[in-house]
Amino acid sequence: MKIIEDANREALKRMLSGDPVLVDVIPASAAIPELKQRMILHAGPPIGWDRLCGPMRGAVTGIAVFEGWAPDLEAAENLAADGAFELHPNHHFDAVGPMTGLTTISQPVMVIENRTFGNRAYCAINEGLGKVLRFGGNDEEVLDRLRWLRDVLGPAMGKALRSGDGIPLKSLIARGLTMGDEMHQRNVACSGLTLRALAPALATTTTSDDGLPEILAFVGGNDQFFLNIAMAMGKAIMDPVRDIDGSTLVTAMSRNGTDFGIRVSGTGDTWFTAPVEMPEGLYFPGFTESDANPDMGDSTIVETIGLGGFAMGAAPAVAGFVGAGAASGAAVFTRTMGEITFGENPEWTIPALDYLGVPTGIDIRLVVETGLAPTINTGIAHKEPGVGQVGAGVVRAPMSCFEQALRGFAERIGVS
Amino acid sequence: MSESKVKKLLDEPLRVVNIGLEGFATELEQQGVKVIQVDWSPPAGGDTKLANLLSKLGT
Repeated sequence: MKIIEDANREALKRMLSGDPVLVDVIPASAAIPELKQRMILHAGPPIGWDRLCGPMRGAVTGIAVFEGWAPDLEAAENLAADGAFELHPNHHFDAVGPMTGLTTISQPVMVIENRTFGNRAYCAINEGLGKVLRFGGNDEEVLDRLRWLRDVLGPAMGKALRSGDGIPLKSLIARGLTMGDEMHQRNVACSGLTLRALAPALATTTTSDDGLPEILAFVGGNDQFFLNIAMAMGKAIMDPVRDIDGSTLVTAMSRNGTDFGIRVSGTGDTWFTAPVEMPEGLYFPGFTESDANPDMGDSTIVETIGLGGFAMGAAPAVAGFVGAGAASGAAVFTRTMGEITFGENPEWTIPALDYLGVPTGIDIRLVVETGLAPTINTGIAHKEPGVGQVGAGVVRAPMSCFEQALRGFAERIGVS
Repeated sequence: MSESKVKKLLDEPLRVVNIGLEGFATELEQQGVKVIQVDWSPPAGGDTKLANLLSKLGT
């Protein structure tokens, strides 16, 4: 239908013309004025405490202690069960978060500004690997790290970024793709490039007494530091694509560990949800599939803009890490995703695929027609609260979300 | 096809393109026959209502 083709062309144009820039780090309360005490933003579509998975419960109780809403984890759990905390999706407040993805009032958030459209998106700072809040970790070590992010790294990063004109991300991603990153499970290059861009300003605006050596060591030692930046960038790129009448392109994919949800441009803010799938992957020593929680996090915004599993061809090293087979097979993932996308991104190209642009703009019609669900590279959390990350893998988005979206879209434009 | 053409076809090495179910290709490969497998499935996994919607919405 012409109306759909025109709408999708407009949607793709908005995606490709986005100009995301990392401009600041500020407290979440300043970024999102609607945030208040005892309000918790989480990854994925809407959900209540009674249906939350183990790691999400672990993170909720941990963040309640961190924010001073409960004296300890047990008290926090009782309060949560009594409905003392208000739960909302990050996506409803211009934010995203990896895995459990919690955003609360005093956490620092990175600010990405899409300078083409003027909108902003937010994401908390990446905590590193292992036992961390985003994987359901909640002991004192986890909470101490959150306090350090709030009191030391967040303010220092903000000061450094405000001293310049921000870090443009479009060109940084283009370079990262040529250096082996896909920006979901491999962010080694982009994390290094970010530190390289940030370090001179940090050295000028922060002293050793303010924690500069620790800051440089933390960012330099965290290969996934850039993930949260990539996610907020994805949100900043996709938000202007929402609400285009007649467009069948996906504007968000997200999961809360229980449900997987997608939003489509032409169907407004409706979530189409289905039970989330279990990733297939590799486990850290001592853990097996029986320890794993189903798929979780807002990080699928990265695939929504053509990176992550869609850019696997740029990152053959990640194929082995996530248990997706031989490195030489990485290109197959990218080419397959090209069958369900409306176009390619000419500025984000993959040298090993003869500079093929990453597949961009997931079209629900193509997903349903081909039966090819989006491929997602993901971390795997332990199913019990308080443990943390146990592996990494690949998971498919549930086909049912796309079938429901297609029916909803057809009904909306009067096709039956 | 005439009987002689069928005989001729079977006398020559088979060149097979299998579309869809991979099991047919696997069986032939196990018998030493070269097969090109084409990954195909019916639109919308065979769901006629969804396929009908897709035909109206176009792809």
